[in-house]
Amino acid sequence: MYDKLWLIPFFPLVGSIINGLLGKRFIKNEKIIGAIGTGAIFLSFLVSCKFFYQLVNDSVKIHETVVASWMSVGNLQVDWGFLLDPLSAVMLMVVCGVGSLIHLYSIGYMHGEEGFYRFFCYMNLFAFSMLMLVLGNNALVMFVGWEGVGLCSYLLIGYYFEKQSAGDAAKKAFVMNRVGDFGFLLGLFTIFWTLGSKHGVWTINFVEISEKAHLLSGDMILGAGVTTVATLCFFLGATGKSAQLPLFTWLPDAMEGPTPVSALIHAATMVTAGVYMIGRMNVLFAMSPTTMMVVAVVGALTAIFAATIGFAQNDIKRVLAYSTVSQLGFMFVAMGVGAFTAGIFHLMTHAFFKACLFLGSGSVIHAMHHALHHAHLSDDAQDMRNMGGLRKKMPITWATFGISCLAISGLPFFSGFFSKDEILWWTFASTRGSKVVWVIVVVAAFMTAFYMFRCLYMTFYGEQKTNPKAKDHVHESPWVITLPLVVLAGLATVGGFVGIPHVIDVAHIGNKLDQFLAPVFHHSQQLHNIEAHGTASTEIILMIFSVVVALVGIGVATMMYLKNPDMPAKFTAKFSKLHRWVFNKWYVDEAYDVLFVNTTKKLGIFCWRGFDVNVIDGIVNGLAKLIGAISTALRHTQTGQFHNYALTMVFGTVVMLAIFILN
Amino acid sequence: MNAFANLPQFPWMSLLIMIPLCGALLCLLHGKRTNDCRGLALATALATFGVALYLFVCHGQGSERWLLYEDVNWIPAYGIRYVLAMDGIALLMVLLTAFMQISAVLLAWRVERHVGSFFALLLLLESGLMGIFLAYDLVLFYLFWEVALIPMFFLISVWGGEQRRRTALKFFLYTLIGSLCMLVAIIALYQINGAQTGAYTLVIGDLLKTQLTAAQEGWLFAGFLAAFVVKSPLVPFHTWLTDALTEAPAAGSLDLTGLLLKTGIYGLIRVAFPLFPNATADFLPILGILALVGLFHAAWSAYHQDDIKRLLAYSSISHLGLVLLGLAAWQLTAWEGSILLMVTHGITTGALFVLVALIRERTGTRSMQELGGLWGQAPCLSALFLLFSLASLGLPGLANFAGEILVLLGTFQEHPVWAVVALLGVVFAAAYMLRLVQGVIWGPAKAERTLPDLTMREWLMLLPMAILVVWLGLYPAPFLAPLHGAVATLLAGGLP
Repeated sequence: MYDKLWLIPFFPLVGSIINGLLGKRFIKNEKIIGAIGTGAIFLSFLVSCKFFYQLVNDSVKIHETVVASWMSVGNLQVDWGFLLDPLSAVMLMVVCGVGSLIHLYSIGYMHGEEGFYRFFCYMNLFAFSMLMLVLGNNALVMFVGWEGVGLCSYLLIGYYFEKQSAGDAAKKAFVMNRVGDFGFLLGLFTIFWTLGSKHGVWTINFVEISEKAHLLSGDMILGAGVTTVATLCFFLGATGKSAQLPLFTWLPDAMEGPTPVSALIHAATMVTAGVYMIGRMNVLFAMSPTTMMVVAVVGALTAIFAATIGFAQNDIKRVLAYSTVSQLGFMFVAMGVGAFTAGIFHLMTHAFFKACLFLGSGSVIHAMHHALHHAHLSDDAQDMRNMGGLRKKMPITWATFGISCLAISGLPFFSGFFSKDEILWWTFASTRGSKVVWVIVVVAAFMTAFYMFRCLYMTFYGEQKTNPKAKDHVHESPWVITLPLVVLAGLATVGGFVGIPHVIDVAHIGNKLDQFLAPVFHHSQQLHNIEAHGTASTEIILMIFSVVVALVGIGVATMMYLKNPDMPAKFTAKFSKLHRWVFNKWYVDEAYDVLFVNTTKKLGIFCWRGFDVNVIDGIVNGLAKLIGAISTALRHTQTGQFHNYALTMVFGTVVMLAIFILN
Repeated sequence: MNAFANLPQFPWMSLLIMIPLCGALLCLLHGKRTNDCRGLALATALATFGVALYLFVCHGQGSERWLLYEDVNWIPAYGIRYVLAMDGIALLMVLLTAFMQISAVLLAWRVERHVGSFFALLLLLESGLMGIFLAYDLVLFYLFWEVALIPMFFLISVWGGEQRRRTALKFFLYTLIGSLCMLVAIIALYQINGAQTGAYTLVIGDLLKTQLTAAQEGWLFAGFLAAFVVKSPLVPFHTWLTDALTEAPAAGSLDLTGLLLKTGIYGLIRVAFPLFPNATADFLPILGILALVGLFHAAWSAYHQDDIKRLLAYSSISHLGLVLLGLAAWQLTAWEGSILLMVTHGITTGALFVLVALIRERTGTRSMQELGGLWGQAPCLSALFLLFSLASLGLPGLANFAGEILVLLGTFQEHPVWAVVALLGVVFAAAYMLRLVQGVIWGPAKAERTLPDLTMREWLMLLPMAILVVWLGLYPAPFLAPLHGAVATLLAGGLP
C-alpha cells in the first residue's frame, strides 16, 4: 500500500537532473524548464495527497518502507527507508503544496534571468532534499535531507554568484548550519551508543528509538541524564537549521538569494526542519523536562529578540526575515512547553502567511526593480523608504499582503489566530509551561503586530516615495505571480479551521489536526503528564487578551506610520543610541566575528606560518644547514693530494693495529 | 595460510605488478615516439584496471582472511620468499590504484618533455604501489617501498614546478630516512626470529610468532613507524607533503595524494600493528591525539592558503588525520570507515587535483587571488569542481560521508571525547572548502578570459570519478563487503 512512497522525492530529483543536465544546452526555453520544475513538484503534491487521503482513512497510522540497504557495518545497519505517519503526512502537504505554488511563482519572477535552468535545478533539488528529510525513517536518511537542504540553501543564496556579498552569505549559512549539524550527529551518536551498549538495541530508526526510549530513563552521562544530553545536542542542531539563538545570524543574510527562495526555504520549509525534528523525536524530548525548558526559553528569547530588530529595518525582506526568526521562536516555545500539535500547527499556518508575505514582497520588488530599471535608476528596489502608496498600483499584492499581516498578527479568525492562541494557552497552562515565558511571548506577539503593520504601511500606504522618474512604471505583476499569492492568502485566511480550540468550538467540528496527530504525540504527552489544564473561562479571557494585544500593536503602528508619518523620525532622533543598536542588529555579527571568526583565523595563521613554516621547516632547514656546515668542514680533508691520503691511511692503520694489539 | 601454497594458481597478483612494469619498459624503449608512448601507457593502465576489476568481481564478496595467495621460493639461502597475499583491504587498494592510474595517464597526456620517461616512471610507480599493497614478505615489501619512492622523486625533480629540486630533495630525504629505519628494523626482526626458531624467514605471517621483549618490540615498532608515519603523514612529519604536492606535476600530485599517502597507513594496518601488538597498544593513544592535532592543524592552515594545490594538500592531511583517528580507535566500524575513507579521499581529492591541473592549463595560475568567476566561463568544469568539493567536505549522499560517519560513530564507542573533538573539526572542513569554491568558481571573474570547457579526454578522466563519488555515497556496501573478514581478523589478532 505504501511501498510507492519513494515516488514523492523521486519526481523532484528527476526534474532537477533533467533541468541541470539539459537545461542550458538543449531545452533553453524558459517555459519548458519552468514547466518541468513546477510539474515535478506538483506530481509529488498529487502523490502526497493520495497518501494523505489513504492515511486518514487507515486505522494503522505508522507505515515504513525500505527501498534499499545503505550501509551495514558491525552493529550499525542503515537503510534507505521512508516513514509515513500523520506528522510526516502533514509536512508533505505543506512542503509539496506551498512548494508547488512557489515554483509556479518563480516562472514569472525569474523570467529573463541568465541562470533560469540553474534556478529550477536547485529548487527541485531542494524539494527532493526536504522530502528526504521529512520522509526518512532513520536519523541518517533524515540527515541526508538535513544537509541536502542546507546545500540547496547555500546554492540558492549564492545564486547571483558574481556578487561577493551573496557568496559570503551563502558560506556563512552553510558553516553556521554545520555547527548545528555537529549537535545533531552528537545527539545521534549518544542515543545509538547508549541504547546499544547498555540495552542491546543497536538502532537509528525513529520508530524503534521511540519504542525503546523508555529504557534510557535511568542512564546517566556526564552527570546528567542521557536523554537530556542527547536532546540538548539535537536542539543545538535545530537552532542551526531553524535560525534560533545563538545561531540565527545567517538567516537575515540569506536574503541575498532570489525572493522565491526566501519564501520557500527561509520561511516555509527548511527553517522549520528543526521544529519538525523535535516533533519526530518528541518521545526523547518529553523525557527531559530540562531540555524542554531550555527549548521554550530559547524560543521565547529568540521571538522577542528578533522582533526588536524587526522594528528598525528598512529592507522589506529583512523585516520579513527577522519576523521569520521570531515566528520560529514561537514554534519552539510550543515544542518546549509540550504543545507539539500547536507547534506543528503554527508551522503550517506560518508556511501559508509567511510564504504569502515573502511572495508579496517579491511581487513588489519585481515591480520596483522593473520600474527603476526602466528609468535607469540605481535606487534600492527593496528599501521600503522608496516605496509607499503602492496600494493603488498593485491591488492584488496589497490585498494578499494585508490579509497575511492580519493572519500573522493573530486577528480572529485568520489562521495565525488559532495556532498562536493554542501556543499561548499551552505556555500559560501546560504542566511544562511557564508564566514568565508566557509574558515574553505575549510581548513578542504585540511587537509582531506592530512591525508587520509598520511594514504594510510603509510599503502600500501614504505617499509614493519612489523616484518621480520611475513612479508611474510600477505595475501589478502577471498572473503566475498573483495566482500563488491569492491561493496562499486564502489558505492564510481559512487554514486555521483545522485546529479549532475546544472552548470556542460552537459547531462541534473538533480539533481535526490534534486528532490527526494524536498517534504521534499523545503517547509521550500522556506518559509524562504533559497537558494544558485550566478553566474554559480562563482560556477565553486569555484569548481576548491576546487579541487586544495584537490590536494595540496594530493601533500603535497605525498611529506612527499612517496618521503621523513624522513621528518615527522624531522617535529615532530621541532614542538615537538605542536605534543605532537595534538598527545594527545589536552588533551580534560583529561580536561573533571578534569572538569566533577572527580567533579561528588567527589560529590558522599560527598553525601554518608559525608552526609549519617557521618551526618545522625551520628545524629541518637548520639541520640541513648544520649538515652542510659539517660537510664543508670535512671537505677540507678531501684535498685530492696523494700524500695527504697516504698519511691518513698510515695513521688509520697504526690506530687499528694499536687497538688489535692492546686487545 | 599455506593451504593455498600447493595449489597451482594463475598468478593474478603478479600480473598486476608485471603489466605496469612491462609497460614502463616499453615506454622507455619507445621514448622518442610520443603518441606511441601515450597509447601504450593508456593500454597498460587499462589492462591493469581490467585485471583488478576482474579480481574485485570474483573475490569482492569473500569473507575469508586471504582471498589470493602466491608463494614462490626466491632466495632460499636467506629464507627470502616471493609471497604475495591479497585480503579485502589489499583488494580495495589495488582497485583504487588501477582506477586512479587511468586518470593519471590521461592527465599526463599534455606532458611534452621526455614523454617516454614520464610515462615509464608513472607506470613504474604503479608497479611499485601494487607491490606494496600485495607483498607479504618483508624484503619484498621493502623493495617495492623503494621502487615507489624513486619514480616520484624523479617526477618531482624533472617535471615539477619552480622549486622542484629543493622539494624533491626534501621529499627524498624525509622518506628515505624513514625507510632506512624500517630496513634496520626488518633486519633486526629477521635475526631475532631466526635465532629463536632456527628457520630464517621474512614472511609476515611467520614472523607474527616471534617472542620479543618489551624493549625490542618498542624499538622495532619505532623503526617501522618512522617509515609509515612520515608517509601517512602524521603531524609534525607532514611539511614535505605540502611542498611535494604543490610542486609535483599534475599526474604526480594525483598519484601522491590518491595513492602514495595511503601506503603509510596501509603499512600500519598490514605490517606494524600485527607484528607488534603490545607496542601498538601503547602507541594507539598517542596516534589518536596526534591524528586529532593533525586534523585541526591542517584544517586551520588550509583556510589561509592562496595556492589551490597547497590548500588541497592541507585538506588531505586533515582527512588523513580522520583516517588515522579511526585506526587509533581500534574498533570494527571505525576501521572499516577509515579504509573506506582512504578510498573515497583518494577519488575526491584526486579529482580535485585533476581539476586544478585543468584550471592551471587554462588560466596559467593556481592563485585564488587571480581566479574566480569560473562558473560563468566554464560551467561544466565548475559544476564538477563543486561536486568534488562538496564530496570532500563530507556532504551526506556523496562518497566521503559514508567513511566519515563510520569513523566518527566507531570512534565514539571507544573514545567519545576524540569523536566529539573530531566532529568539531568537520565544521572547519566546510569553512575551507567553501572558501575554495568561492575563490575559484564564484565571485566576480578577475580577468577577461575565454576558457574552453571540458574536452572529451577530460570528461573521460572525470566522469568515472564523478559516478563513483555518487555511487560510493549512496551505496558503499559492495566496497565494504570485502573488508568485513579482513578487518575482523586483524582486530581480533591485534591487541593482547
